[in-house]
Formats: sequence, structure tokens, C-alpha cells
Amino acid sequence: MPTGFFTDTTVCIGCKACEVACKQWNQLPDDGYHFTGMSFDNTMHLGASTWRHVSFTERPVPLSGADTGFSWLMASDVCKHCARAGCLENCPTGAIVRTEFGSVYVQPDICNGCGYCVSGCPFGVIDRNHDDGRAWKCTLCYDRQKAELEPACAKACPTDSIQFGEVEELKQRARKRVEELHENGVKEAYLYGADAASQPGTGGLNAFFLLVDKPEVYNLPPDPEVPTIRGNQSWKAAGFAAVGVAAAALLSALIGRTAKNES
Amino acid sequence: MAEAHPVGFQWVMEAKRRGATIIHVDPRFSRTSAVSNIFVPIRAGTDIVFLGALISYVIENEKYFKEYVVSYTNASAILREDYQDAEDLDGLFSGWASENGQYEGPTWHYEDVELHEHGAHRTSESDAERSALFGPRVKAHATDRTLQHPRCVFQVLKRHFARYTPQMVEEVCGVSPDQFYKIAEHLCRNSGREWTTAFCYSVGWTQHSAGPQFIRAAGILQLLMGNMGRPGGGILALRGHATIQGSTDIPTLFNLLPGYLPMPKARADKSLIEYLHNYTAWSGWWTEFPKYMVSLLKAWFGDAARRENDFCFDYLPKITGDHSHMTTVVNMADGDVEGYLVMGQNPVVGSPNAGLQRKGLRNLKWLVVRDFYLIETAEFWKDSPEHERGEVSAETIGTEVFFFPAATHVEKDGSFTQTQRVVQWHHEAITPPGDARSELHFAYHLGKRLKELYASSTDPKDRPIQDLAWDYSLHSKRQEPSAEAVIAEINGYTVADRKPVNGFVDLKHDGSTACGCWIYSGIYAGGVNRAANKKPATDHYLYGHDWGFAWPSNRRILYNRAAADPQGRPWSDRKKLVWWDEASQKWTGYDEPDFMKPVPPSYRAPEDAEGIETISGDDPFLLQPDGKGWLFAPTGLQDGPLPTHYEPFESPIANPLYGQQCNPGRLEYDRSDNQLARPISDPRFPYVITTYRLTEHHTSGAMSRWLSWLAELQPSMFCEISPELAREKGLQNGDWAVVSTARAEIETRILVTDRMQPVKMGRRRVHQIGMPYHWGNRGLVTGDSTNELIAFGADPNASIQESKALMGDIRAGRRDRHKGIAKGRENAPENELRDLPIARHRPAGRHNVRAPFSKQGDQT
Amino acid sequence: MKLPNFTDWPVFKQIRSGDLHALGDNAMSERTRTLEARTRKADRVVKSVCPYCAVGCGQLVYVKDGRILDIEGDPDSPISRGCLCPKGSATFQLVTNSHRVTNVLYRRPFATEWEVIPLDQAMEMVAQRIKDSRDHNWEANTDAGDAVNRTLSIAHLGGATWDNEENYLLKKLYCALGIVQVENQARI
Repeated sequence: MPTGFFTDTTVCIGCKACEVACKQWNQLPDDGYHFTGMSFDNTMHLGASTWRHVSFTERPVPLSGADTGFSWLMASDVCKHCARAGCLENCPTGAIVRTEFGSVYVQPDICNGCGYCVSGCPFGVIDRNHDDGRAWKCTLCYDRQKAELEPACAKACPTDSIQFGEVEELKQRARKRVEELHENGVKEAYLYGADAASQPGTGGLNAFFLLVDKPEVYNLPPDPEVPTIRGNQSWKAAGFAAVGVAAAALLSALIGRTAKNES
Repeated sequence: MAEAHPVGFQWVMEAKRRGATIIHVDPRFSRTSAVSNIFVPIRAGTDIVFLGALISYVIENEKYFKEYVVSYTNASAILREDYQDAEDLDGLFSGWASENGQYEGPTWHYEDVELHEHGAHRTSESDAERSALFGPRVKAHATDRTLQHPRCVFQVLKRHFARYTPQMVEEVCGVSPDQFYKIAEHLCRNSGREWTTAFCYSVGWTQHSAGPQFIRAAGILQLLMGNMGRPGGGILALRGHATIQGSTDIPTLFNLLPGYLPMPKARADKSLIEYLHNYTAWSGWWTEFPKYMVSLLKAWFGDAARRENDFCFDYLPKITGDHSHMTTVVNMADGDVEGYLVMGQNPVVGSPNAGLQRKGLRNLKWLVVRDFYLIETAEFWKDSPEHERGEVSAETIGTEVFFFPAATHVEKDGSFTQTQRVVQWHHEAITPPGDARSELHFAYHLGKRLKELYASSTDPKDRPIQDLAWDYSLHSKRQEPSAEAVIAEINGYTVADRKPVNGFVDLKHDGSTACGCWIYSGIYAGGVNRAANKKPATDHYLYGHDWGFAWPSNRRILYNRAAADPQGRPWSDRKKLVWWDEASQKWTGYDEPDFMKPVPPSYRAPEDAEGIETISGDDPFLLQPDGKGWLFAPTGLQDGPLPTHYEPFESPIANPLYGQQCNPGRLEYDRSDNQLARPISDPRFPYVITTYRLTEHHTSGAMSRWLSWLAELQPSMFCEISPELAREKGLQNGDWAVVSTARAEIETRILVTDRMQPVKMGRRRVHQIGMPYHWGNRGLVTGDSTNELIAFGADPNASIQESKALMGDIRAGRRDRHKGIAKGRENAPENELRDLPIARHRPAGRHNVRAPFSKQGDQT
Repeated sequence: MKLPNFTDWPVFKQIRSGDLHALGDNAMSERTRTLEARTRKADRVVKSVCPYCAVGCGQLVYVKDGRILDIEGDPDSPISRGCLCPKGSATFQLVTNSHRVTNVLYRRPFATEWEVIPLDQAMEMVAQRIKDSRDHNWEANTDAGDAVNRTLSIAHLGGATWDNEENYLLKKLYCALGIVQVENQARI
């Protein structure tokens, strides 16, 4: 049974416990000390050494149902572990695998740092390390899952904004949560990437989100598509093209010969 | 709360999920506001007006919980005829002695109260004379249970807050009447038999020149609404450090002995008898006082403490005034202190007026710093703004400095008391590295060495150290004292056989028991360390009684007798907690009842009752001498029996409520190295500054700025300002600005955000600047310290600095490294008085605490 | 010569398992297959409490060979239910930090650098300093003649992230020494 994350951004308090818990468990280095001036976000984006990242969006309008005059959207981003993973399908060395938990795992002992995976990810998640060039990203705590432990970020999250579990069960929980929010007047709540139907470009995400504004507001693509998803189509098209070209060539040769003969 | 206590906030989020309305009142829109239902921006330092208006609303609209108020509070008590309110005296109460700069005399007391020699707020010999004064026999006072008598507390309260209207809230706090009414309605709707409302606060309330009165105001409101002692109610202090509660209970504080027993005062407490006489109540639980004090002396001086020698009471040093942190530092700066031991503290970053703190350190003979890292306080002699300005250098600083590496919590056994009084044990997991040692090791071995140094002395002054009971078992190669042996002493034991007592009810005043801190007694009952209880959480584990030990007596909700009605029945089924069980004839419930178990609700203390028998069956607030929650505080407070709005030391406006501008009882440090802006609207400092913590750092940064995982999350000192202020002052997001006050100026990065908005107080608009304060010049990420900007100056009840509301200026650019501000009086336009004439002879001991000012005219 | 076992070749495995694109098991290395949570290797798991704010979250400290492998939330705690905030989650770095000082350092008056001195010597020096300051600045009575038995020449400021037991011993010791200027983060 695939497992994954349901990240409910409406209860995120932006504490960044997930970022640090992830760095602690995976013993990742810092990204440098840069003041960005972008609200409370100083790590900016997911990268080779930041596998959970909390974005902060300041909006001059409140959430519906809240009397705050303003809203501050916080969301913890992570690798989506797509049902059709661009990085995985792009990897030419077999370094990236899909695990028994349905997650997408980069094997650091195989990866040679070619970087094809980077261009394969429509979310810009996977990233190469500056030092050794290898590609890194969230493992969905593959080592912990093997020991039947919850991933570090989900465990640390104080408000259950990050929920871990079997994807099917999470989806049900997420749909219920959306209904609940709708009932409470938060009409804008919706799920991002919960299934293939709503996000055909990825085949649905094993780490999906509950959002209350457009995906772009959270630095998520509105309509992501893994490049390889059109692979078969491309091959087919290429095939047709090849056949077409061959046919055209044959035809032109035949026509040419006929014309020559006629002349 | 989401910002500084994120994991505690999970319970707020759970309440919200179940339908609770979360209201957040704060000068700035924080992470807490982001997930609240209602956010109320407020001008920093004006909460008493906001809370006072809620009190007034509740009374005027008769929304209070009548039965609770009549039975469980002192609403019905009739006050003395000579009591005069702040309404009558333009901001002062009766009893103001301007020559002494303090309130004196008994005018705040109940009518007909029998006052003994050291009666109600007796003439204090000093500022420190502030611990609750338990003296008067108050049970016999006159009451009017119809609450109609013009001098009954309820009517006085009503009059006192009558001018605290929604319009006043708008004018002072900048909160619109619409929003005010909405909050008032939420509050009323969610209080009563079926519902309760909780208040959570932190240093945003305490760090004001009337801080304790902010909390009193919330206390009054909660009593009126019947929200005290009940599940889901109360006023919850969100304390900021792992055992800051513990270090108040078992204090390293100048004015307290363990268990909130006052430090003896030189003038009043000359002997044990006098001391016990002064603090033992005539009624209520504090009638037990002598048992706790004598047991403490037995724990400290062992066999030497005998009845014949007053149990060595004379060994205790006496206080003569305010010896609080700021006063001590001022003395240090003046060269009156030779040695300073700083452990796990970083005052150069974490305490107000960092420049003055450093001046203090420079004037010491020797300094001991114990910490994990070489923090700013340890290296003040190497590097500081004064070094940058060329005023000092290491070669000119004569302080001898010892740095001892400290053990972390995983390298030692011991207990922390968390914010809800739950004492939790942590176990040693690894050995501390190198010479790192616990504070326990340091204290024990220092004591041992001093005992040796004084062993042969015949000087009577050295007797206390010779007779000090100092036997604790040691373990491991590093000779670590046993923390369990210490908690056993804190718990208490019978002297004859050293068997642990089961709780404070076992303690005696005859010297047959010893106890290090009576309120913790029971924590080692039966020789079992209950702080180490760790029964896993389950869904049916409502109050977690088997997880740690909550003092007193493992009680999770204080004063929970109030969760039942006067007849002992739960107020409602929903809010059931503790009740009288007729069948078994005792108090029972989901929590440990905070009452004498066999005393029925119908019990009425007879006139001649003594001790605990003075507590009637419907007196839930059993530590109070009258057993009632105090809407009006007849004793114990230095600055008035009712919360009254005073403007901060530095304010953009004149106090619209009274002629008295600032808290008359405040502590002011009037020195050239601690300058203040003009009290009202100083043109040099037009903006309100407020300070706060960020989730990513811990106070002075000593435990966070050295950690790369935290340093990267908030790498730079910054200030938060509104786009409007940014436009006015030409400030760019991400750029640098200089923020200045009358003390100093610092540079900071700028965060321009809609989350900061000018406060609209009627026609007036005031900009607020938000500033976290975690940076200094050491660590992985560095920056100027906000505390350079903040003044010494405190409230009179707790001596806590006013760092949440001050006035300053901001300009674009970087700090001039060669120029400091606050170099002397010449910078100030004129030495303006905070309030009118000065009380000149405040008996402040040797501590140069500036006498406050009284109102002009009638009192002088 | 040993012939390669062609059935072990990835392409055959891929065909056999139906994982034609080799996106799963077939591509897993030995390391991946044997990967395990490092906490599994711990000798002991020690119950602790977070040292930062006063919420008092439970922590589990995983120890192997006297070294810390991991510090994370204790799910048994009814207070924190296994959660930790970023500070609590960073506790591992607080404890194992290479910036921690492990020697006693001493700075002579007017010196420009630290020197390392033995712990024992430093303790003795501090005891001696306390004795000297106390003896030279003893105040038996106030000017008004009230007994005070104290010295105002020594002061203490303590943090609130060390233990109750430590607070207790220090206050006890200071009172015996006549040191009254004893303060704590609790007032700050």
C-alpha cells in the first residue's frame, strides 16, 4: 500500500519544525545564512539540503470565515512522490527507484550526478548538491518507514498540518476535511494533486495538499506535467512521423520514377 | 502562542477544530493571528483599558455569573469608608504617601477587619515589602450579598471601570467599537455553567510598568465570568523556559525562599517569631506557614537548627529593599559589586539596556560564566559596541573572567517544571564532554570547598556555612551529586528516620520534619520519584495524573473546588471536574480535589476557628484569608487594589483617563546611562516599539544562534514595519535601518509587511515597530541586540522591566560605528518629569532606585 | 572460469518481475535493500524533556556507545504527543555542537585572550574569590542597627533551563553565604 503525506495548510502555523526535524533525522547541512526579506521565509525553496520547506505568503485579504483583516498563508512543501515521477523516469542510471511504500527514493550510492532528474521534475524539487553533484530530495523517510516509524516531519508537526499514512486513507481524510471547511464557510479550500483525475500530468501525488488559494500563490505549478508522461505519445508520434516520412519518401520515389518513366 | 509555544498551541488548534473561537490580541499580526478566528491589533501597553472595558461591559450588561460571583469572590465585601478610588483622586488611590513614594495605611481594606500590629499593607520598610501580607483577620468582615451596598466591592468595581468604555478603548488602544463588541459577545457567550473561556498570556503582559495589574484585570474578568478553577478556564501563563516555573517555585530570586515563603526583611523580621507572626495568616491555608518555614530551616541547617536557636533563623541574610536584577546591575556599574556568577544567562543580550549591563560587567572584580558556548556575556571584554567606538579595549578591562562549560539536559539527571506546574524528570543519557559539568556539580563542590575554607573559622558570620546541611550522595567518576537525593530533600522527610513525608500535610512546626519546598512535597512520597512517572498518553487519560507530578499534590487544575457549585454539585455535566460525593462524604472527581477532602460544602467556619478550620465549605480559593477570589485586592499590591490604566514610561499620548500619567509605584532608574524619552510624545521618538520572540530562536540566542539548523531559519536581526511607515521614512524591504531610542541606536534589516499597521486611535495614528531580540555579536549568526534600546525601569510588584512598549525612531541606513547615543544628559532637550512633584525620600535601601512621582496637589 | 549467471542480469529480472522500466526493486542496490533507521542500532533510549520553552515536550534520546544518535519527540507524553517545534527538533545540534567549549577558560584582568585551566583549579579559585569578597564586604548590621548578615558584593544571575534541584542547592548555598542578590530569568 503506498504511503504519503497529506499537508493541510489551513492548520500550518509556520513553525518550521518539519524543516528542522527533517534536517536532524537526515543530518543535512544548512543552506547558508541569508536574510531574504520574503516574510519569514529564509530558506526559500526545496533543495539538495532542504527537503521540507515552509512558504509564507502574506495576503491583504482574510480567509473567509476569519476576522483577521489579513491572512498569512503558510504551507510546508515537500517532494510529491508523484504516481508518475519525472525524476524517476528520467534517471538513466537506475539510481532512482520506487520503493515498496510507493515513494520515490534516490539511491546515493548509485547516483552519478548526471542531473537528468532535475529537468524531469515539474515541481523543481530534486536538486544536485553543490559539493558532490549528486541529486538529493525527500526520501519519505524510507529508512524510518522500514522500521515502521512515521517520517520525521510528520511526527514533529505540532498541529497535524502534515499527516502521514496510507495514501487512500489520507485522501478520504482530506476530502472530509475539505467538506468540513466548506461547511465552516472556507469555500476556497480544495485539494491539490490528490488524484490523477485532477492532476493528469503527474498521475496524482502521494504527497498532496489542501490549499485555499491558487497553486501559484504557494509556489506550486497550476498544471504540472512530468515530461515523460507524454513519452508513449511521443514515441507514437515519432513512429507515425517515421512511417509518414518513409511513406512520403517512398511515394515521392514512386512518383519520381513514374514521372521519369512517363518522360 | 503559536510563535513561542508551538507544541502547546496544538491544543488550541484542537480546540479550534472542535469549534472554539480563538481571539488573538497583539500589537502585531503573528503566526498566532494567522490561525485565529479574530485578530485584534492593539497599541502596546494599553491592555488594562481593553480588559477594563470588558469588565465594565460584563457588569453593565449583567452578563456575569451571578451565583459564582456572590459565593466565590469578594464582590460582596464592604470596603472601609475612607477608601478612595482612582476615579476620585485622578489616578491615585487613597493611602498614597508622596513623601515615601508608596501607598500606606489600611484604607483599601474591608470594613470591620481586625488589623493586628502588622496589618493590611503596613508601612513598607522597602520596595521589596511586597509579598502577600496575610496578617489581618478578614473572615469577620461586613458583606452585602445583594451586591447593592455602595461600598461593596462589586459597586466599587463598577464605578472604577465605568469610564473604560468601547470609545475609550478606541481612543487608547486603537481597537474599534465594532470589534470590541464582537469580542465581548464571544466572551460572554462562552462563559457560564456550560462553557468556559481561557486566557493565555506571556511576557507581552508582564513586561510593562503595570504588568502584574494586566494579569489582575484578566483575573477579575475570569472571576466575574466564573471561569476560574474550572476545566477549560483559567488564566494560563505561558512561561518561556524549561523550568522557569520551577525557578520561581524553588527560586533563585532575591525576595523569595522556596515555596513562596518571603525572604526575611531586616526591619520587620528580626526573629523567627516576628517573621512567623508577620506572614502567618489568621485564616485560610497560610495559617500553616510556620510548618513550612521551620521545615525549610531544618532542611537547610540540619541538626544545628533547634528550637532553642530559632532553628537558625538568624543565619538567613536579610533584605532591605529591592535587590532585583536591574538594581544589582546598577550597583555593579557603580562599582559596588565585586563578583558575579552568571549561569545559563546572557544578560548582555537578554536583559534591558545592554550598554549598562556591560558597564556593570566591566566594573566587576571577577565574573563566572557557565554556559555551553562562548556567549556575548562571557566575551564582553573582547568585543562590544563600546569597543567599536574605541571607548574601551580588553587592555582597559580589569574583570577577571572564569568560563565553565556546562552540561546539557541529556548529560545529567534532574527535573524541569513546565508551564502548568508539571514537574518532569529527565535522565542522564550520556556523560558530559571534557570539563563540562552540571550546575548541581558546580553548586555542590563549590559548597564543599567553601565549607573547607571556613572549617576552622571562629567568626560567627561563618557559622551558617559551617552548619549548612550538605550531604548528598555522589556518583560516577566525576563525583556528580545525586539529583534524586536533592529532590528527596525538597520533598521533605521526618527528621528521626529520614523517611520521606507523603505531602505537606505531614509537615510540623516543631522541628520534627524537614522540607526543602513545601509545595513540592509529595513528589518523593514513599521514596518514589514521581517526577519520573511516565505513563504513556492514551485517549482516556484526561489530565495525565500519571505523567510527572503537578504541584501541589499532583493537582492539575488549581482551586478546582470552584468547578462545583456552593452545594458541591458540578455547575453542569459538560464541565464536571470535582464534586462532593454524598455517599462517601468526601470530595472526589476527575482531578485531585483542591480542598480538604472530608469537609462538606455545608461547613461554616465558627468565629473561633483556627488554622485550616477557618476555611468554610464554600471557600474555594483557600490560600486567600477569606477563601474568596479577589476582584478587589485589599492587600499585597504596591500600585493599587484595582488595575488602573497608566501609560508606559514613554508614550505617544497623555493618559486620557487620569492626570496621573505613569504608574505611581513604578521603579525608575534615573541615571545618565539610562536615559528616558519625554514621557509624552517626545518629538525625537515618535514610534511605539514592541519586542518579541520568534519561533526559530530562544531568547538571547545562546541556545539557538549557535545551531545551524536554527540560524539559517532566521539569520538576521530585523524589524517589522508597515508599508505606510516605510513610505514615510523611505525604507526598503530587505534593506538596513537604524532604530534609536533615548538609550542607544542599533541597525537592523527591514521587513516591510502588511502585518504591521498603524494603530488608529480615534483621529490619531501611531506607527508601531516590531522587533525580535535574539541577536548579539557571537554565534553563527550575529546582529545588534534590541536590548540596547530598552531602559531599566520596572513595575513595583515584580520588578520586571518594561520592554514591550517604548518609544523610538527609525531611519534608513547603517549605524555609525564610532558614535553611540545616550552619552549623557546633553542629548536630551530638557530633563522633563514623568509625572509631577517628586517623592524624595523613598526608602530604597542603598540601591539608588529613583523615587517615583506623585500627582500634583492633593497628596503632597 | 565462472560463467556469469545470465538470469541475474537486470534485463532478465526486469522481464521476469514485469518491472520493464526497472523503476523498482530491480534497480535497488545492496545499500538500499539493507537500509535501516539508525535508531535501531541504539543501545538505550533515554526519556528526557526538551530544554527550551516551558511547554515541557517529552524527548527520546537514542544513545549508542555513549554517543547520541538521535533526539526526537516522545509520543508517550500527554503534553506533546511526540511533537517538537524547530528548537526542540534541533536539540541534537545543541548537544553535539562542535562549538561547545569543553575546557574551563580563564581570562586574567586586562588580558586579551583566554587561557585553559584545569577544572579543579578553577573551582578552587572561584571559592577563594567568593570567600575574599564576602570576608571583605561583610555587612552584619544596617546603619539603622538591624541585623542583616549578608554581603552585597556578590551577585548571581541564573537561567531557567537548568534544573529545580540545581536552583535549590544554589539558593541554599547562597543563603548560607549571606548572598542576597540572587536573581533568575524568571524576573527577566
